[in-house]
Amino acid sequence: MNVLFGNLTLSAFQHDPVQLGGVVFMFLGIIGVLGLITYLKRWKWIWTEWVTTTDHKKIGVMYIIIAVVMLLRGLMDASILRLQQVLSVGSSNGVLTSDHFQQIVTAHGTIMIFFVAMGLLFGIINLVVPLQIGARDVAFPFLNSTSFWLYALGAVLINMSLFVGEFAATGWLAYPPLSELAYSPGVGVDYYIWALQISGVGSLLSGVNFLVTIFKMRCQGMSLMKMPMFVWSVIGSMSLVVFAFPILTATLAMLSLDRFFGMHFFTAGMGGNPMMYVNLIWAWGHPEVYILVLPAFGIFSEIVATFSQKRLFGYKSMVWAIMSITFLSFVVWLHHFFTMGAGADVNSFFGIMTMIIAIPTGVKVFNWLFTMYRGRVHFTTPMLWFLGFVTTFTIGGMTGVLMASPPADFQLHNSLFLVAHFHNMIIGGVVFGFFAGITYWFPKYFGFKLNEKIGAYAFWCWIVGFLLAFVPLYILGLMGATRRLDHYDPSMGWQGLFIVSGVGLMIIFLGVALQILQFAVSIWQRKQNRDLTGDLWNGRTLEWSTTSPPPHYNFAILPVVEDRDPFWVAKEKGAPLTSRHYEDIVMPKNTPLGLYIATFAFLFGFAMVWHMTWLAIVGVIGVITVLAIRSFDDDTHYTITAAEVAHIESGAHHE
Amino acid sequence: MSKVLHQPEGTLKFGFWVYLMTDCVLFASFFATYIVLRNNTFGGPAGHDIFNLNYVLVETIILLISSFTSGLAMLAVQNKEKGQALMLFGVTLLLGLTFLFMEVSEFRNLIADGNGPARSGFLSSYFSLVGLHGLHIAAGSIAMAIGMFQIMKKGLTESISERLNCLSLFWHFLDIIWIFIFTIVYLMGAL
Amino acid sequence: MKKNLKVIFGILIGTLTVALFVGILRNSNFEVLNPAGMIATKERNLMSLAAILMLVVAIPVFVMTFTIAWKYRASNTKATYQPNWDHNTLAEVIWWGIPCIIIAILSVVTWNSSHELDPSQSIVSSKAPITIQVVALQWKWLFIYPEQGIATVNYLEFPENTPVHFEVTSDAPMNAFWIPQLGSQIYAMPGMSMPLHLIADKTGSYDGLSANISGAGFAGMKFKATSASAADFNSWVESVQQSPDALTSYSYTTLAEPTINTPPTSFASVPGGLYNQIVMKYVMPMRALDDASLNGMIMNNNHIQ
Repeated sequence: MNVLFGNLTLSAFQHDPVQLGGVVFMFLGIIGVLGLITYLKRWKWIWTEWVTTTDHKKIGVMYIIIAVVMLLRGLMDASILRLQQVLSVGSSNGVLTSDHFQQIVTAHGTIMIFFVAMGLLFGIINLVVPLQIGARDVAFPFLNSTSFWLYALGAVLINMSLFVGEFAATGWLAYPPLSELAYSPGVGVDYYIWALQISGVGSLLSGVNFLVTIFKMRCQGMSLMKMPMFVWSVIGSMSLVVFAFPILTATLAMLSLDRFFGMHFFTAGMGGNPMMYVNLIWAWGHPEVYILVLPAFGIFSEIVATFSQKRLFGYKSMVWAIMSITFLSFVVWLHHFFTMGAGADVNSFFGIMTMIIAIPTGVKVFNWLFTMYRGRVHFTTPMLWFLGFVTTFTIGGMTGVLMASPPADFQLHNSLFLVAHFHNMIIGGVVFGFFAGITYWFPKYFGFKLNEKIGAYAFWCWIVGFLLAFVPLYILGLMGATRRLDHYDPSMGWQGLFIVSGVGLMIIFLGVALQILQFAVSIWQRKQNRDLTGDLWNGRTLEWSTTSPPPHYNFAILPVVEDRDPFWVAKEKGAPLTSRHYEDIVMPKNTPLGLYIATFAFLFGFAMVWHMTWLAIVGVIGVITVLAIRSFDDDTHYTITAAEVAHIESGAHHE
Repeated sequence: MSKVLHQPEGTLKFGFWVYLMTDCVLFASFFATYIVLRNNTFGGPAGHDIFNLNYVLVETIILLISSFTSGLAMLAVQNKEKGQALMLFGVTLLLGLTFLFMEVSEFRNLIADGNGPARSGFLSSYFSLVGLHGLHIAAGSIAMAIGMFQIMKKGLTESISERLNCLSLFWHFLDIIWIFIFTIVYLMGAL
Repeated sequence: MKKNLKVIFGILIGTLTVALFVGILRNSNFEVLNPAGMIATKERNLMSLAAILMLVVAIPVFVMTFTIAWKYRASNTKATYQPNWDHNTLAEVIWWGIPCIIIAILSVVTWNSSHELDPSQSIVSSKAPITIQVVALQWKWLFIYPEQGIATVNYLEFPENTPVHFEVTSDAPMNAFWIPQLGSQIYAMPGMSMPLHLIADKTGSYDGLSANISGAGFAGMKFKATSASAADFNSWVESVQQSPDALTSYSYTTLAEPTINTPPTSFASVPGGLYNQIVMKYVMPMRALDDASLNGMIMNNNHIQ
């Protein structure tokens, strides 16, 4: 082993043509972005306004940008996979080797969950939560910046595996013993472990941050039962983060100890227990599903109330539903492996618990429907996403309850029926929810609205594409097709359905292209779409009471609320939420230290992948040093005087 | 209302409690794994073959005393007695380092006897659980050294006191974790 | 006019899609819905029941979603508008209550069916069950017939209407053993011997496969499972017993080497206790294992932890 480069040799840079295409594509993208920044002479702006920012709004935007880039990567992975499954029949072997196919399967799942869904999630939470609770930032802005950079550099590490070395070929949860050294001797699983570990710690810290933010930073008068429903859903979600992500950290740590030091947590033999891994990873993995979907529920609660111009129906029911889902999601993990033979008592307990989750979820759906009832429903794009969500999510819920019954699961597990089910939940629930949220809140942060027409076209592409892509998978599952197959016999009669599914994927791609076009056109025509009121949708909650875009400090004067839907009530009464008497505002300073911590963590992760001891030591010492430097800095805040606030505010009102 | 961002009183402390909860779950995962794997010796030694209860008892007492001295140190911090606080944190740090030294030499002996963490599932989970606690003690010690340096440089300012308060919470937390390790790993393993 | 065109276009596309699906699926075998054995039949019936119960909720949801959204569209100013109406106890009791009742029914069904269809539950039959030991290897299936003293790779045969008692393990990463038309897949894991009881109601040849990713050759881990008449099965056993190859402890290590798309093979004989050895080598060290088997300590290992 080389002292300087560890296990890294030139062979790590050799790739087959498909991979090479990916690498070239990635580099062209990076060079394009860097070139554009240089051309526009925006490097200083990027550094001072974005990279070092502690402003939750900008951090939220950066989360979403990275998530969208990763979404494109994940979709390209998906289309290569589907292409392989269309072509690799009988005597043909398609375009990929099975090892490469399995790497892409793993990358697709890992990227979509950890770097797309989690990124959109934290992006939206960052953007919306402080404004909805009437706060000026999160509780720990520096920690927030650190979390973001850990997420971002985790994303860099996982993409690096495309160029340097390889990725795990184990499926997205890397079950041992397949993921152990004995069966996966390459660096793929190590990339998997460290990319997830780094971004996972970021998520964990964000979870702590937002829980504290919501519990401690709400404006005066906003008791728990007066919070917007989105904030409630974030409490549910972040509680799950706080309890579930340490389990992921522990599990990945044990797997890496097995691989790095030859330990025997999950090895086959030598006293290891692979089933323990499966239990642990799902004790995180199931709550993770609800970490993603609860905020989507919250977003829809806001959207349905706003666009029905009516109060949210059954607020208390909704809170109880969220909290019971939060609790129940911790006692259902075993339904992911009924086929491991835990016995009828255990299986049926977990099966029944799973079915019970359908009750609060159903309650939420009925409450949304009755929010529209006797309202004035405006069919804007966010509402289209909502209607699409109710339709697809109900189908997904049905197939979910179907599989919650252990004997039925014995016949559906690991099949494409399962794959269709969870894409049904994640796309129909989470992705539609986040898209709806982005369309809904975009005007708040940029001061102009997204093009409605292109947005509607994008929606129709998504829903049609989704149905075409995944209904065939349900059918394939019932035909006995299992997941992650890179080759099959023509006699199975699967090819036609795979082709239909591929067409569906192309239509989804068209939808994404339209969404990008929607952004481009909206930015181009931003003068026509400008919103000067700050309250484009006739909103209900505090974020609509400030200007669009909000000033750096969100609220010149912190609001005082007395009701649920405070802004709606204030508009009804014709009374402003705040007076015009300004005071000094203290805000956190920008700092690059969060970026530095994440960079050292990244170096540590890279060093652990390639066994470069010296670099790992540099990484650890680097993190400790930066933390120490930060702890010596007492000058972390600055003051905006009342006069400056008055000046900014008058400008904002006269624009 | 502190000067920070209109951050209400006690935000840091509350945040630290939430963090400790996540740490608790982390340890719980390692405990659960240990309990599942503790009989998987695969022909290697079991707990009662390798644990020296007397030695561990000494470790335990050292850690308990360090928890006590860190409590005293916090009292000194509250009374704004800089010298006393420094002295008591110094003692705590020393005790923490002694504990770490004892743990490392225990590990070294086990590895020298061929009973390293790669020997069996049981030993992997044992080394990792106890080692994770040790890693926390090491992190706490570094933080304590930095904290002492800051007291010397800047005195007992409000923000330093607040952070030391969290550190002392952390130290007590590790003490409680150690009591669980002592009971579940050592006592139940040796008996 | 424009609206009509849209509607006609929509109907056309819908019809074409349905026609496309019908065309594609004309000759397909919906294995999960087309059971050839008692277990798979019961599992299919359970799925149908659960699906029907779920539709009781889902159909009203679909209908309500679109009627409510349409009726209360903003342009319909004749509809009642009550912007502050946000609570109705009766309504909320109904939609907490009805799902509770449905789930309660499903729970009872789940509890009973989970116990009835537990893979370790043996099947009651007038015929004595046949035992087949299944070993997942990289990347093929080894089937050992301890009672007949034969073994096969990637080919399975058993008599119809006779309960088959599978014992499933792995000498490779985790796999899942699944014959969709017979029912119930189960994980094949190193160091574990999982019981699985299946039965075929009729003669026929069914697809079997691994349902869990296990490495490069995973897609090729498929086999035909033939359910034959008792006479055909016996003559098949005899023909295998005549085949030239025999499986020995030594040739097993060669067999266990990774191969892909392995063609079906038969072995005229197989060392007794091979399956036990494969399971136990992950549970205790080989030396201890030899001692134990000498002392006859390893007898029945249906549930080794």
